[in-house]
Amino acid sequence: MTEKGTYVVKTGLAQMLKGGVIMDVTSAEQAKMAEEAGACAVMALERVPADIRSAGGVARMADPSVVIKIMEAVTIPVMAKCRIGHFVEAQVLEALGVDYIDESEVLTPADEKFHVHKHDFKVPFVCGAKNLGEALRRIGEGAAMIRTKGEPGTGNVVEAVKHIRQVNAEIRWICSLPQEELMAAAKEIQAPYELLQEVVRLQKLPVVNFAAGGIATPSDAALMMQLGCDGIFVGSGIFKSSDPMRRARSIVAATTYYNDPQVLAEISKNLGEAMSGLEIRTIKEEERMQDRGW
Amino acid sequence: MAGKRVGILALQGAFLEHESAFKRCGAQTSLVRRAEQIKTLDALVIPGGESTAMGTLMTRFGLDQAIISKARAGMPVWGTCAGMILLAREVVASKQPTLGLMDIAVRRNAFGRQVDSFEAELVIEGIGITRGVFIRAPYVERVWGETKILCEYQEKIVMVEENNLLATSFHPELTETLDIQKYFLQKA
Repeated sequence: MTEKGTYVVKTGLAQMLKGGVIMDVTSAEQAKMAEEAGACAVMALERVPADIRSAGGVARMADPSVVIKIMEAVTIPVMAKCRIGHFVEAQVLEALGVDYIDESEVLTPADEKFHVHKHDFKVPFVCGAKNLGEALRRIGEGAAMIRTKGEPGTGNVVEAVKHIRQVNAEIRWICSLPQEELMAAAKEIQAPYELLQEVVRLQKLPVVNFAAGGIATPSDAALMMQLGCDGIFVGSGIFKSSDPMRRARSIVAATTYYNDPQVLAEISKNLGEAMSGLEIRTIKEEERMQDRGW
Repeated sequence: MAGKRVGILALQGAFLEHESAFKRCGAQTSLVRRAEQIKTLDALVIPGGESTAMGTLMTRFGLDQAIISKARAGMPVWGTCAGMILLAREVVASKQPTLGLMDIAVRRNAFGRQVDSFEAELVIEGIGITRGVFIRAPYVERVWGETKILCEYQEKIVMVEENNLLATSFHPELTETLDIQKYFLQKA
């Protein structure tokens, strides 16, 4: 008997993406360029996060025709974003046949209390998290993959570093606890108890965890990999730089050779201008995307 | 078979899952990212992942020629999913470069997109019943030369063997049993 949409199949695709780079693209041409550079998947968007940030207003799911053109252009998996809690956008993306849905804080949230019940879908979901509790709440709702939130569209890696360090520190703390303290810890970080037990058993998150938000250089990618991420999302960092193809190829190589400074030095040469960055403190608190999601 | 040096190509994809399965078999494993590592191996695994991503890195960092010459000299190589595509002499409807080692024509994403990914029970010649996890999986459309078909599912070829070479559309590294790993190690 053939079984589709199982947990193994959903988390399995994330396992196949590991050690790779998922690139934001807004057209079929950019998608082909990403594939040729060695991306393991693309995120189909109408605008990259840096442009969403400067445009303001309500950011929504991309027009299906944009997503379809990108799906037709490449053979690698295509992801697309729905608003937090907007389960109908998710239904539409599933109907289009996208390979992964990102329930993303980059778009304007559609629900201020609840996320999508992701177990209802055959298509797998990735969600952002700033800490262990948030990651496990999303997995509890059915996310098959997690990513750090970082601060999207800034070209500044500092928030992504903060979030992966936070998750790692909390995992070390949870694993050091005696059994009888685990329930109180679950209450404290607002995480499902069963998933916390799973973290203790595995000594890591039960699903794949990528870095996202602010990655702009090959060294940024290698930094996140050395900090323990399984792979890299690059949003604005590639197509907002002066030479996207070179930068894309270089970030792909850096994600594989993250532990090899000789190779990193070689591939970091002559990449042209990186995207211009944003200092996090200059962003008003109410404009920070990482604080969206509950 | 214990103590055999099994390299897992670690450019992109599910290489850690393969590493842990071969460790459970008692093999000596290493993650392979450089061409000079190939010559010390008894066997090589090309994991699942994205074949275009792995192929690009393989060429850029010169691993392709090292793998081709060692495999032609008899080193066992097993490709799963993307690895099957990279072993194939021909990829249907694509000009994507491969290692071109096995006499098979492979169709990519042949069962459909991710929503069509599935699990199913398989019967494999010489191995028996196993559970197959298929993720955006390819299948073999045609074999020739000395290639033997070891498993078909719904009339699609999903496992093939050609002397020292083995290829599966599905992911034995994602299931508990080690039957296929052990079968492969017998070649080493």
